[in-house]
Amino acid sequence: MRVPVSWVREHADLPESATSEDLAARLTALGLKLEALERPAEAITGPLVVGRVLTMEPEPQKNGKTINWCTVDVGDANGTGEPQGIVCGAHNFAPGDLVVVILPGGVLPGNFAISARKTYGHVSAGMICSGAELGLSAESDGIVVLPADAGEPGQEAFGVLGLDDDVIELEINPDRAYALSVRGVARDAALAYDVDFRDPCDRDVPPADDAGWPVRIEDPSGCPVFAARLVSGLDPTATTPEFVARRLAQAGMRPISLPVDVTNYVMLETGRPIHGYDADKLTGTVGVRRANAGETLTTLDGTRRTLSTEDLVVVDDSGLIGLGGVMGGEDTEMSGTTTRVLVESAHWDPVSMFRTGRRHKITSEAGKRNERGVDPTICEAAADRVVELLVAYGGATAEPGVTVVGTPPPREPVTMAADLPARVSGIEIPARRTVQTLRDQGFVVEEQGPDVVATPPQWRPDVTDPFDLVEEVVRVVGYDAVPSVLPTPGAGRGLTRSQRLRRRVGRTLAGAGAVEVVSFPFVGDASLDALGLDADDDRRRTIRLANPLSAQEPAYTTTLLPGLLRAAARNLGRGATGVTLFETGSVVRGGSSPTPILGVESRPSELELKELLAGVPDQPLHLGLVVAGERERAGWWGAGTSPDGWAGWADAIALVRRLGDELGVPLTTRAAVLAPWHPGRCAEVLAGTGESAVVLGHAGELHPRVCDAHDLPRRSAAVEIDLDALLALAPERVVGPELSSFPMAKEDVALVVDVSVTAAEVEAALREGAGELLESVRLFDVYTGAQVPDGKKSLAFALRFRAPDRTLTEAETGAARDAAVALAAERCGAVQR
Amino acid sequence: MSGPNSDFDPVEVAVLQPEAVDAAREAALAAIEAAGDPEELKAVRTAHAGDRSPLALANREIGALPPQARKEAGQRVGKARGAVEQALGRRAAVLEAEHEERMLAVETVDVTLPTDRHPAGARHPLTTGAELIADVFVAMGWEVAEGPVIEAEWLNFDALNLGPDHPARTMQDTFWTEPASDHLVLRTQTSPVQARTMLTRTPPIYVVSPGRVFRTDEYDATHSPVFHQVEGLAIDRGISMAHLKGTLDHFATAMFGEGITTRFRPSYFPFTEPSAEVDLVCFVCRGTGTDPERDGTVTCRTCKGEGWIEWGGCGVVNPRVLRACGVDDTEFTGFAFGMGIDRSLMFRHGIADMRDLFEGDVRFATTFGSEL
Repeated sequence: MRVPVSWVREHADLPESATSEDLAARLTALGLKLEALERPAEAITGPLVVGRVLTMEPEPQKNGKTINWCTVDVGDANGTGEPQGIVCGAHNFAPGDLVVVILPGGVLPGNFAISARKTYGHVSAGMICSGAELGLSAESDGIVVLPADAGEPGQEAFGVLGLDDDVIELEINPDRAYALSVRGVARDAALAYDVDFRDPCDRDVPPADDAGWPVRIEDPSGCPVFAARLVSGLDPTATTPEFVARRLAQAGMRPISLPVDVTNYVMLETGRPIHGYDADKLTGTVGVRRANAGETLTTLDGTRRTLSTEDLVVVDDSGLIGLGGVMGGEDTEMSGTTTRVLVESAHWDPVSMFRTGRRHKITSEAGKRNERGVDPTICEAAADRVVELLVAYGGATAEPGVTVVGTPPPREPVTMAADLPARVSGIEIPARRTVQTLRDQGFVVEEQGPDVVATPPQWRPDVTDPFDLVEEVVRVVGYDAVPSVLPTPGAGRGLTRSQRLRRRVGRTLAGAGAVEVVSFPFVGDASLDALGLDADDDRRRTIRLANPLSAQEPAYTTTLLPGLLRAAARNLGRGATGVTLFETGSVVRGGSSPTPILGVESRPSELELKELLAGVPDQPLHLGLVVAGERERAGWWGAGTSPDGWAGWADAIALVRRLGDELGVPLTTRAAVLAPWHPGRCAEVLAGTGESAVVLGHAGELHPRVCDAHDLPRRSAAVEIDLDALLALAPERVVGPELSSFPMAKEDVALVVDVSVTAAEVEAALREGAGELLESVRLFDVYTGAQVPDGKKSLAFALRFRAPDRTLTEAETGAARDAAVALAAERCGAVQR
Repeated sequence: MSGPNSDFDPVEVAVLQPEAVDAAREAALAAIEAAGDPEELKAVRTAHAGDRSPLALANREIGALPPQARKEAGQRVGKARGAVEQALGRRAAVLEAEHEERMLAVETVDVTLPTDRHPAGARHPLTTGAELIADVFVAMGWEVAEGPVIEAEWLNFDALNLGPDHPARTMQDTFWTEPASDHLVLRTQTSPVQARTMLTRTPPIYVVSPGRVFRTDEYDATHSPVFHQVEGLAIDRGISMAHLKGTLDHFATAMFGEGITTRFRPSYFPFTEPSAEVDLVCFVCRGTGTDPERDGTVTCRTCKGEGWIEWGGCGVVNPRVLRACGVDDTEFTGFAFGMGIDRSLMFRHGIADMRDLFEGDVRFATTFGSEL
């Protein structure tokens, strides 16, 4: 809402000394938030005065232009009283005209300082100003020629031009619809300064009679009040008075024609949207009803609309003539030839307005007010004000007869404990202050014992609850008065286990050189195709958005990899030689099911709540990780990890296994085939062993086609696991080890097995075979080549033995080693080299 | 003990003559001094203190002397050998020190060489920022509550006093899922977590809920359709706006530094009544409105001269919300607040472009390390 300060002052007796800034600050403190303060005079420094052109001599110049050498009477403003000599390039004026002159020493917008200067053979002492030069219009259409009665030469011109009128732009919240009017803003301004308010709707209105235009309301709940007035003899050539045009422009509305401008002016002034019909285009009784299914109406924006049975329509004997409260019909629109105007000032049901506006995607100044709630008691006053202006400026005659159908529904009183504002705000507010504050705002207040019974004024449809009254009291007492007191909750339980574990996950991965990223969780077919997912892959079972940001990514993501791979490629594209990135985020796989819309009067039943919570799809937290380019940098120490032959897959697995170790969940791997990984270099990541092993996710090298599709170097690697599942396995309490300080015995064995036998199988056999004395087993070499037969490989393991209570003998360790090798031979066909 | 050697002629044991012992000692000491490295010293030790060295041989002859002469000769030889051993020890220490010094000099490296073999990792400031905020509240005895991002429409709107025809529903442009009959949204705020908390716990409740939220905003330097919020909810007996103010003042100071407090302006949110916008003292100009780096005439760029920065929204929990979520509104009152984590971090760290948070450029996160 943009309001000129002069208009506010017309209705609130603000002190002369109140600045626009102060007014804006006080309105903001009351809940009408300052969005912008426009000060058109700010960019201009005087002297800026009215001048009368005395003489003008056209002087053609060599460059083809003709300039005018003028003398201008600027009164005593130049200190001498002598005419001022000024060169002017414009031609849209004549001697005797009143113009706007800026004298030397003045500054125009753009920091354009004016001085007496020599030009075209004269000393030009000032400038005759155009609208553009004064910042009043975007384009210059010559200098400003003032009306003959605008002022006297030498008079200060700021006021004459309206440059001294600041415009305050306020952000109006939905509960303060009353402030979508000068009436409402001025009322709060008066409240802020504790001065008198003059209500523009407080006027003598002729009483309703039966002589007015016939109106029939078939849906009084949708349209409780309908007032109508008729004017005739309107002069179609009458122009909008300057003050109306200026204020509309200040409010951000475009002047159109006198009758349209007047209805808009009254809407801004009172908050009540008004519609004017060309009465000569109306037939018979005007009615209001709900539309019939399939009815159509062409609204005055030229759009043909098919209506819903919930839409309120205005009709006459010929059919539909308007979408009530939202937009008029094209057939009965006022035009340049309109001489008779039927003024409609009606009150509409806000919910119906909101739904109709949304259904037909119409946002209008009228709709904005009607859907938030307008004072239903000012229909007659607003109509009368329109009639007054059309008579005064359009030469029209007010026809006798005043139609008013319906009465405003009464306001329900709200009962509140008198000390509630004090209890809720923490400010000491005596009951009498509460009562007075509400009365100052137009509430009718009765004190009943410990309670205050307040009937809200009709312009406050939002106030229905005791806590609404509290806000109205506290905003006047002042939010600044709220003291600052820390509450004292009891002992808290701290972070949950999952929250603490997630911090460990991040620190562990960052400690291992991975950088966390945050991506948008949206996905589309193209990104899933780029991962090479099969048509029936679970990760294609997305939940789609009805209104996605981008048609390419219309669904909530099922995997963190698209965002990670994109971020990795972006880093490499920006010059990084290698990155390790990770992200944790929720994913959703599979479809969704309905959730109920429950009541809000009380808590849902346990059954309802269960159904509600069960309907929300599972959104497990995933961990994704990508390793691309150098993981270890090249440098003076030697080569880094190069894309060729580099075991990125191992780095990826190492990172996730390190995470498992950190969380106390040893992770193992098993060969698997799954997109987007390389089919020969993909591991299932498992927690636990044997039958009870749980697959947490996958890790390994990305398929070469996936690397190519994402502009990543071949052999880039990735991980994605269900982090919630991993965290659930982390032991609550780790049991401390008993450390033996007896000497360790080492035994290395090299075992030849078929290439198809995995290191993990051999290791498991060694571990089991070696028995209790084994402390650790670690594979330290893999060899294929001349020393072993084709189709075989040699795996070298270091076995370490230690007893808790004694130094082992050679015989003991030898026996344990032999048992280990024997089991490996039995299980895996291993032959010791 | 051997008997006296009657054939012995003391004059003939030349090596035990004082001159001979002195000469052997002097020769040994000279050789020791002349040894230039541990190897040479080793050879000197063999020659002058070894089993076949003159002093060792002389020592062996002592037994040949008559008993009355043995003591003197023994002392003489013993002293000489002691002097040689001492000199050897001293020389060895000197030579070892010299050797070590040479070796260390040879091993000198250029310690200014780069050492960035293993690039540093980092956590994202949105994560560590949310943790920082959580820690501020946990330290006050609050707890951290979380919930799903795909949320039931009822929890995101209806339960929070945003009925189907509430004008505020159009204020928040919501991502809806298909089919519409599922009544699911990408949560537009973390408030549904508050609703879940009230529905599943009994007061007193003091929780903060940081998390990701969605609105169909444009994506530019200051807006993102995906962003992060932290909301707080306190439900207890006798809770007032004063407690809200106290909590936010403490939060502001903890996040932005001593002297950074808040102010309230009346506002509107369906889930709170009364409602307020909360502003922060601009921590760049500390409320003066002018750039502290300049002479006091240049407007502060961070707050655009206002001295305050919009931080978030807050208010007293609307009793309608309490009732819908099963909290006895005759016994309990509550307050709630919410602010953008992204926006708060942008203030706190002077981040000019919000998109830097979501691009995944490692240069961004590594600037912050793994804690804020």
